[in-house]
Amino acid sequence: MSEYSERDVQRAVTELQGKSATAARLFDIRRIIGGLFVVYGIIVTIAGITVSDANLDKAEGVNINLWTGLGMLALGLFFLAWLWLRPTPPPVDTEQLLPEPDKDTE
Amino acid sequence: MQTPTDPAPTSHMDLAAELRLPTNWLDYTILAIYFVVVLGIGFAARRSVKTSLDFFLSGRSLPAWVTGLAFIAANLGATEILGMAANSAQYGVYTTHWYWIGAIPAMVFLGLVMMPFYYGSKVRSVPEFLLLRFDKWAHLLSSVLFAFAAILIAGVNLYALAIVVEALLGWPQWVSIVVAGFFVLGYITLGGLSSAIYNEVLQFFVILAALIPLSVLGLKKVGGWDGLSDSLTESHGGDFVTAWGGTGIGSDNPLGANWLTIVLGLGFVLSFGYWTTNFAEVQRALSAKNMSAGQRTPLIAAFPKIFIVFLVMIPGLVAAVLVPKIGTAGSDLQYNDAIPYLMEDLLPNGVLGIAVTGLLAAFMAGMAANISSFNTVFTNDIWAKYVVKGREDTYYVRFGRLITAIGVLASIGTAFLASSFSNIMSYLQTLFSFFNVPMFVVFIVGMFWKRASMKSGFWGLLVGTTAAMINYFVIYKQDIIDIPSDQGANFVSAIAGFVAGAVVMVAVSLFTAPKPTEELQGLVYGTRSPGMEEPPAEGDDAWYRKPALLGWSAVILAAACYIPFSF
Repeated sequence: MSEYSERDVQRAVTELQGKSATAARLFDIRRIIGGLFVVYGIIVTIAGITVSDANLDKAEGVNINLWTGLGMLALGLFFLAWLWLRPTPPPVDTEQLLPEPDKDTE
Repeated sequence: MQTPTDPAPTSHMDLAAELRLPTNWLDYTILAIYFVVVLGIGFAARRSVKTSLDFFLSGRSLPAWVTGLAFIAANLGATEILGMAANSAQYGVYTTHWYWIGAIPAMVFLGLVMMPFYYGSKVRSVPEFLLLRFDKWAHLLSSVLFAFAAILIAGVNLYALAIVVEALLGWPQWVSIVVAGFFVLGYITLGGLSSAIYNEVLQFFVILAALIPLSVLGLKKVGGWDGLSDSLTESHGGDFVTAWGGTGIGSDNPLGANWLTIVLGLGFVLSFGYWTTNFAEVQRALSAKNMSAGQRTPLIAAFPKIFIVFLVMIPGLVAAVLVPKIGTAGSDLQYNDAIPYLMEDLLPNGVLGIAVTGLLAAFMAGMAANISSFNTVFTNDIWAKYVVKGREDTYYVRFGRLITAIGVLASIGTAFLASSFSNIMSYLQTLFSFFNVPMFVVFIVGMFWKRASMKSGFWGLLVGTTAAMINYFVIYKQDIIDIPSDQGANFVSAIAGFVAGAVVMVAVSLFTAPKPTEELQGLVYGTRSPGMEEPPAEGDDAWYRKPALLGWSAVILAAACYIPFSF
């Protein structure tokens, strides 16, 4: 059996990469993180607003549901805002020559 | 695979029965939403899988922040979280070594030195690199060893999950094994590596949302950091709250290690072996969209890694104050119970649901990282190269889905193997010293020494692995030499594997033919391959994306973190 060389790998992977659909069809994870954390944030914040005395005592007098809920809500909104400000870039941009050094979201 | 650690030879994962959490409908709602989202990601990622490269490597197209967070999350499995908290309850601030010296230097080395070779050569797996650098024997051996290790460790995760869920929620063990296995199976067969990685990113944030409130409340309960360190100094001695106290050579400390063995053993042999050659980690970096993103993957992961230690260490230390007898015969609580105990004691419904979700997510991600790297190695490196060669690409995607299912079933079976060892983390580390350390020797010698011959890779790997196993199962287990703890034995086995592998590689190289220089381009330090010539993508020349700057900042930051804990 002839040894498998680096050229074979380069050729195979380059060819597969040309046909790959991930870049074009995979959704943006920021949408999911944002959505889930907004939902969790709302649920946990509500639990914090309607907190019972027993739960307050358990958590050392800290309304931990409220603070965690607000923190999660803020994180969720951050991801949604990031997605809104810098939407998923179009997959193939070889012809696009506009210099944009801050393109965080690629 | 998890970072090597050994919280306590005596501590089983059998959590105490009184840890049953007071969960209610709110917590279960939060958990249910998470399970729906996990499967939803799998279904949504399904349409992006067209080629085998999409299925196994996300088409090499993901952005660096995604692969970076997945890189850290793949390591942040629940066995790591519970184990490191246990480590802290037993050994104190020594735990920071597993992060600041036992992870950061190796992660930075991977990003700055090794990624150009991995990514530039366009290999799809760590064993495939060995195929190019050495020969098919080294390749086959490393592929088979890796496939075995991945399944075993996925099984360990599943078993640990079942025990924890039984204790915390009261589910019978088989229920959680079937449920977790089904979800992991579902989302990986559907979306391949993309859905594994996306779920890891999500898990990263959920686990932070679980650990931050727990650490904050824990600290408040014991009177802040000052109260914590005063109580511990009084009960456990001053060295308990320092990183280096009592680690002088010849002095005695509970860890059983001095500064030299910490630096060389943990910081070099074990940590470099784990972080730079473990495909479950490296795969995340290989799925990045270009060379710069590939290099930045472990570097971006290094920054959270520096600080995550506080979120696992503080609960462990707090538990050591609140339950002074934890882990000893006089207490119902084991070291591994530290985090579940604080969850029960401090978290009200709501945040409690988040914490349970985070723990389950971490277990599933720890398992999924191993399954998604196993299916890649088994399909690309074993099946497509030695068994069924040259079929069309869609065949290998179908086969990848099939082997994912088989892998999950096999790991369910191996879950029971874990129960015969005194503790899961020690079990992981035992395996780890057998598989990763010799791998690392072969890599490091092959990458930096052009003369290392084609045959030397196979023999280095074989002898290194065998030496580590003989050392552990014969010399230590048969009491031929006296090593005080399992951890010490693992550590000596790792060194034995490293030295034996290196010596054999040099010896074999001197008597066999080297690989022709033109076949080493881009595989050995000082050479370049066509894949490395790729120009930096637009925007990647920004200063804050320079790998060297990111890498050295992480090293300096980790070193600076030691300062407050060193005096």
